[in-house]
Amino acid sequence: MRQPKIIVVGGGLAGLMTTIRVAEAGIPVDLFSIVPVKRSHSVCAQGGINAAKNQKGEGDTVDKHFDDTIYGGDFLANQPLVKRMCEAAPGIIDLLDRMGVMFNRTPEGLLDYRRFGGTLYHRTAFAGATTGQQLLYALDEQVRRHESEGKVKKFEGATFLSAVIDKGGVCRGICAMDLRSMEVKTYAADALVFATGGNGAIFGRSTNSVVCTGSSQAALFQQGVDYANGEFIQVHPTAIPGEDKLRLMSESARGEGGRVWVPRSPADKRAPRSIPEAQRFYFLEEWYPKYGNLVPRDIATRAIHRIVYQEKLGIDGQPAVYLDVTHIPRETLDRKLEGILEIYEKFCGVDPRVEPMKVFPAMHYTMGGIWVNAEDQATNVPGIYAAGECEYQYHGANRLGANSLVSCIFGGGIAGPAAVKYAKNLEKGAESTPSAVFDAERKRQEEKNQKLISQDGSENPITLWRELGDVMTEHVTVTRINKNLEMADAKIRVLQERSKKINLSDRAKWSNQTLNFARELENMMVLARVITLGALARNESRGAHYKPDFPERDDANWLKTTRAKWVNNDIQLTYEPVDISLIKPRPRRYDAAK
Amino acid sequence: MAETKQVIVSVKRQAGPKEGARWEEFSLRWRPSMNVIICLRDIAENPVTRGGQKTTPISYDSNCLEEICGSCAMLINGRARMACSALVDQLEQPIRIAPMSKFPLVRDLAVDRQFMFESLKRVKAWIPIDGTYNLGEGPRVSPEIQEKGYPLSNCISCGNCLEVCPQVNEHNQFVGAAIISQVRLFNMHPTGAMNKSERLAALMGPGGIQECANAQNCVHACPKGIPLTESIAEVNRDAWKQALLGWLAG
Repeated sequence: MRQPKIIVVGGGLAGLMTTIRVAEAGIPVDLFSIVPVKRSHSVCAQGGINAAKNQKGEGDTVDKHFDDTIYGGDFLANQPLVKRMCEAAPGIIDLLDRMGVMFNRTPEGLLDYRRFGGTLYHRTAFAGATTGQQLLYALDEQVRRHESEGKVKKFEGATFLSAVIDKGGVCRGICAMDLRSMEVKTYAADALVFATGGNGAIFGRSTNSVVCTGSSQAALFQQGVDYANGEFIQVHPTAIPGEDKLRLMSESARGEGGRVWVPRSPADKRAPRSIPEAQRFYFLEEWYPKYGNLVPRDIATRAIHRIVYQEKLGIDGQPAVYLDVTHIPRETLDRKLEGILEIYEKFCGVDPRVEPMKVFPAMHYTMGGIWVNAEDQATNVPGIYAAGECEYQYHGANRLGANSLVSCIFGGGIAGPAAVKYAKNLEKGAESTPSAVFDAERKRQEEKNQKLISQDGSENPITLWRELGDVMTEHVTVTRINKNLEMADAKIRVLQERSKKINLSDRAKWSNQTLNFARELENMMVLARVITLGALARNESRGAHYKPDFPERDDANWLKTTRAKWVNNDIQLTYEPVDISLIKPRPRRYDAAK
Repeated sequence: MAETKQVIVSVKRQAGPKEGARWEEFSLRWRPSMNVIICLRDIAENPVTRGGQKTTPISYDSNCLEEICGSCAMLINGRARMACSALVDQLEQPIRIAPMSKFPLVRDLAVDRQFMFESLKRVKAWIPIDGTYNLGEGPRVSPEIQEKGYPLSNCISCGNCLEVCPQVNEHNQFVGAAIISQVRLFNMHPTGAMNKSERLAALMGPGGIQECANAQNCVHACPKGIPLTESIAEVNRDAWKQALLGWLAG
């Protein structure tokens, strides 16, 4: 019998889970990752992972987790698969527990759970405030075990450039570049799973890691893989501003009792601790008495923007509010939140156990992503699957905190076996594809490199990237206005023109990071336009997508999935219905219990 | 008007593993809360030395920029540390930036730390689960064990502990403190303990735990504050116990 071969691109949580599942099925896997997989962006997830285990006896159920997720996502997610995810979540926690994740424990030795945004239950298992790191390591260790048994071959330090698609429109492998030798090569496979994460770099500065450019998704999009709900971008309410990165201050700080406030008077210049309780404005608690500081992220982010830009109450007139954990006992802080408090202390030089933190919203996550079907993570191109943040399936118009880790592992757990099944059922595998198909793709990519290396332009890729980030952050994040979105799109097109005159300042054919970045930048700009045009078209407000000119959710016209297609070298927006067969849409409000 | 404040940075350049090394100096515009990563990005945006010579952007590894991915370890003013958390205002100038010296050089500041991941394979740093299908909950773990294990599981494989260890050199394949500490972590876990002797055995022989000469540099260089010397002492005791029992059993 023919031995099929699977390629996984991306070594974060979703990619590693996919890899484990394929290896368990006895099928060889090639795992491609830009960085050693242990250094993937999943390490940045902090607060925890959701599962309705009802371990605090509050009456939590899978159905409540499901309802919170759909309601939190403002009814834009297809419901049946979300339900399956919520059903699988307790088993996923068990699995991670068996893998040895050092979750926080109760005195009885059971897993401890904390509260998170958009729910009234203690549903979030956690390992200090570095849960993503701990989960990633657990999967990394399992993959290393399979690797040492010869079932997995890693290609770390290689970047995906394009898919190899045959004349029949079936994917037969990938074209990748080694980031040291800069050598471009093709690799045949019967099925591919993409788990390439988020796209924060499109916004310049975000909570994302350097590798989260969305470049792979954009490359696939330009090869005919559809992209859905791109306009839904999550801006996290609490991050530390910085020039290189906006460092996340996890929702778990509020889950453990942290409070957000500003001085009631903008003229109040006193040190925060000397401002009496009555002169502090706990605006989330006042505006949303039921959920308080734990409203979903889109709500908290807009509230902070309102405080800063409309009420002019930002601390010292600056875009910042206090995130205060100073009233929580030090022992609790060190046991449950140490990881993030250390980040604040290290990068700001202030001890947040003593002094309230100054935070501001930051681009954090993309709900939108590669279009996949509602059954098994398959894209519209045969042979290509996607899982994790790079696809769009689970979070609708806004993701609830601590749902991302569960969706990565659940999605990867489906994608792996689905890819295996597809590969096994193929009548003719990749070995039957003429080598000319692979050679042509490799040549196309080599020519791109050659052009970039040899051209003598006047534009610097980092400068273009900064400009892209500035325009995206200003116009395509929290508040969206149509004329500004049009302007943003025009600006991106100007940047695309200017990028034709990029000068790499480096012609080396060894570890040329600028060459790779220039290639990523080109892709980022395509995805930036998908996001911007999707936002421009959607004349309503839903979840993270907010237009003051269209302040209400409009189910009659917009309860539909945006599905962007690449047609004649341009972006075409199409729409398809959302599967709302399980929970009837109802108004979403967080000032009262649901 | 005050002159714009400048940051002077000196970077060790090397085009590849077999090329010669040289130092290049750069003068950058100072901004508040600048770190070494921002300096390297500034250079990439305008690759011109302080003397006005055109040069190339600098190759270096980085990813999370919040000291949790372990990518950006390098020597900054002679000290092994993460570039993202190296704040310019806390550094003496000119800031001298060089690649780690105990790992094969790739280009400029980028090095190859694959050795660490291979060592993790050598000591079987994982819990050997039966499979990912549903087998119910994991074993109960007391909060006491969790509070001991969690700090160990924070290891980001940055390699700083190897860089500062005098026993890691061209004559020696010492696995280093990080790996020994991982053995302690997995041996502490109720399921992991079932393979304790296998992991200890893997730490004996060339490059194993006996190479440690107790310089204790590792624990001071660890950006995550992992009690590495405590781990080495504990694993060392276990390893000796195992060796002795093996010898007694003949």
